[in-house]
Amino acid sequence: MIALGQFLEVLIGGLMSGVLYSLVALGFVLIFKASGVFNYAQGAMVLLAGLALVRALDLLVANGLPLWVAVVLAIGFAAVIMAATAWLIERFVIGPLVNQDGLTLFMSTIGVTFVIEGAAEMIFGSDVYPLRLFPTDAWFLFEGLFPGGILVNKLDVWGALIAGVLVAGLAVFFQRTKTGRALRAVADDHLAAHSVGIPISWIWFVVWLVAGLVALVAATVWGTKLGVQFSITFLALKALPVLIIGGLTSIPGAIVGGLIVGAGEKLAEVYLGPSIGGGIEYWFAYVLALAVLMLRPQGLFGERIIERV
Amino acid sequence: MASIARNVLMLAAALAAAALSAPAAAQNEQFIPILSYRTGPYAVNGAPYANGVVDYYNLINERDGGINGVKILTEECETGYATDKGVECYERLKSKGPTGAAFINPLSTGITFALTEKTATDKIPIITMGYGRADSKNGAVFAYNFPLLGTYWSAADLAIQQIAKELGGFDKLKGRKISLLYHDSPYGKEPIPMLQVLAQKYGFEFTPIPVTHPGVEQKSQWLAIRQNRPDYVLVWGWGVMNSTAIKEAAAVAYPRDKMIGVWWSGAEPDVTPAGDQATGYKALMLQHGAGKFPVHADIEKYIYAKGKGSTEPGKIDEVLYNRGMVNAMLGVEAIRKAQEKFGKKPLTGEQVRWGLENLILTDARIKELGFEGMLKPVSISCSDHEGARYGRVQQWNGKAWKVISDWSTADESLIEPLVADVSAKYAAEKKIKPRDCAKET
Repeated sequence: MIALGQFLEVLIGGLMSGVLYSLVALGFVLIFKASGVFNYAQGAMVLLAGLALVRALDLLVANGLPLWVAVVLAIGFAAVIMAATAWLIERFVIGPLVNQDGLTLFMSTIGVTFVIEGAAEMIFGSDVYPLRLFPTDAWFLFEGLFPGGILVNKLDVWGALIAGVLVAGLAVFFQRTKTGRALRAVADDHLAAHSVGIPISWIWFVVWLVAGLVALVAATVWGTKLGVQFSITFLALKALPVLIIGGLTSIPGAIVGGLIVGAGEKLAEVYLGPSIGGGIEYWFAYVLALAVLMLRPQGLFGERIIERV
Repeated sequence: MASIARNVLMLAAALAAAALSAPAAAQNEQFIPILSYRTGPYAVNGAPYANGVVDYYNLINERDGGINGVKILTEECETGYATDKGVECYERLKSKGPTGAAFINPLSTGITFALTEKTATDKIPIITMGYGRADSKNGAVFAYNFPLLGTYWSAADLAIQQIAKELGGFDKLKGRKISLLYHDSPYGKEPIPMLQVLAQKYGFEFTPIPVTHPGVEQKSQWLAIRQNRPDYVLVWGWGVMNSTAIKEAAAVAYPRDKMIGVWWSGAEPDVTPAGDQATGYKALMLQHGAGKFPVHADIEKYIYAKGKGSTEPGKIDEVLYNRGMVNAMLGVEAIRKAQEKFGKKPLTGEQVRWGLENLILTDARIKELGFEGMLKPVSISCSDHEGARYGRVQQWNGKAWKVISDWSTADESLIEPLVADVSAKYAAEKKIKPRDCAKET
């Protein structure tokens, strides 16, 4: 019974961690889905959003505003910063590169990553800024059944709830709104979309804005978990295997990919790690991703690419 | 047109004057490279340390006019705590100044491992105060490595001494479980051999648990700790890994007062992000802690009052800032010592190595330097490149670090055989003939 309890605890903890990875992966999916650009800068966007949020929040609280008012205003400020970032990226990076191949656009986002990281730290500071928007203690479930119970972290549960709401909202946005349908049309063929009157610049601005807002949501959860700091940018690396497994074009895929990566790496670290020296969870996630790539290159939920020749 | 020509001529004259005067000015300057990291995941710890180093060198120039009149010339190079960049910085800076680098201080055990052979070939001392290779304490084999004030093997012994003290004696260690949560890098792995020796001697169960760089994800490690329920967890982390460890410990309800960090896991950025969850967390001290001492008055007077400080005035009493100052002071005093033998002029790395190897700082001298209360006497020799192995323990009370122990000394009788064994293997592998320290002067 103890072993079962431990297994369930690791499994649940892993699934919950996976949902937090999905929060970052969603930003990648959104931009790729709508513009075909693999946005390497998503991790840096989480950092920027988090820094803007926490610095504004600290300032407002220090000036005597009630916490909830300060939180609302700080989120608004961070959203404005992400909107400005989206506009700048569309105007000066992605816009001028329209019609270039995917690799060129990908390289441009690597450049954007370094610019955002540098600018964010220069403007908002490079210390660790604590953020406490959600509870970080834990529940211990089924204590009668398993000695010590099964630990479930409250922050992880909040992360899962937020991810669920986010996915539902994005699904409605893409399927039911005019802008969402326009986004999908641009993703399929931006020249064809342009020829039927869809304003490409506006659509790309919207998609980068939505990705920026998703980054802000991810920053609230990850910032509470780690404190807002540079290391948040490393989350991009945690999102990559999630994307490979779930597929670059699928929002539900980002969630399922996250669950597989989270559970897989945690179980591997706890049960396989001790026999091979430990510290395996980072690369084990990529082993899982490689296995999926071999069997289904487009990911579990990705669109199959068929080209007629 | 005439004005453009006049401007061009003036610029040319200025450049010529600068070119002629620069070498003359540089002739009496001692070059010290500063390898630092102010960006990247470890910047929160790297920046305050670098600020302490830079401010102390500036203090020597501003207050004393240099070391016996020889001004200190520095250049910072950003390593990002990456070994490849650290080696690149070293190669770029080692020959600068009239006599090359006086010494190098990489602030990374990984970079130390990569540079150990190079610095010996280039005859440039590599000062690794409180970090680096523990076996390099043996100066007979590692002629240019100086792991001053404490190696990780000393730290491991000091941590076990503290646990024994808390449990009521070394005999109480038998059958206990002690885990090491470590940064999966040369730094984090360094204490493992010593802890294995100690586990064997005292009969405790030792479990090393690696955390992958940079340490933002530790859930599985802490779930394993929750299941294994060790009596103590030693934390050998750096940067974000430390605060994440404290937060995860809180999440699994592991008591923070049963966690003891190494001295690189015991600064303000390690605890403040965790807020109240960090209360009770303990860490070793590399002798000094936070707070202001007499030297800070000079730093404020000669550096910050003139607007030349590297950081905010409110941060000059932090743990890592103080450590940067101590590190810089030891280097400066080594140069001063070497000047006694080689003259009051810029010195080569080889000459500074002699200064380091003959450096003795008594209580009186430490007081004179303004470091009273931060340091115990230091005595470096050919056979002992560590120079001192004292430590204390501090505890975070939610607002500040409080010293909770007396001074302890690492048990040399346990460390020395391991140092002799591992350094002898290194010497055999690298075909190094150990120096006869009895003949060194």
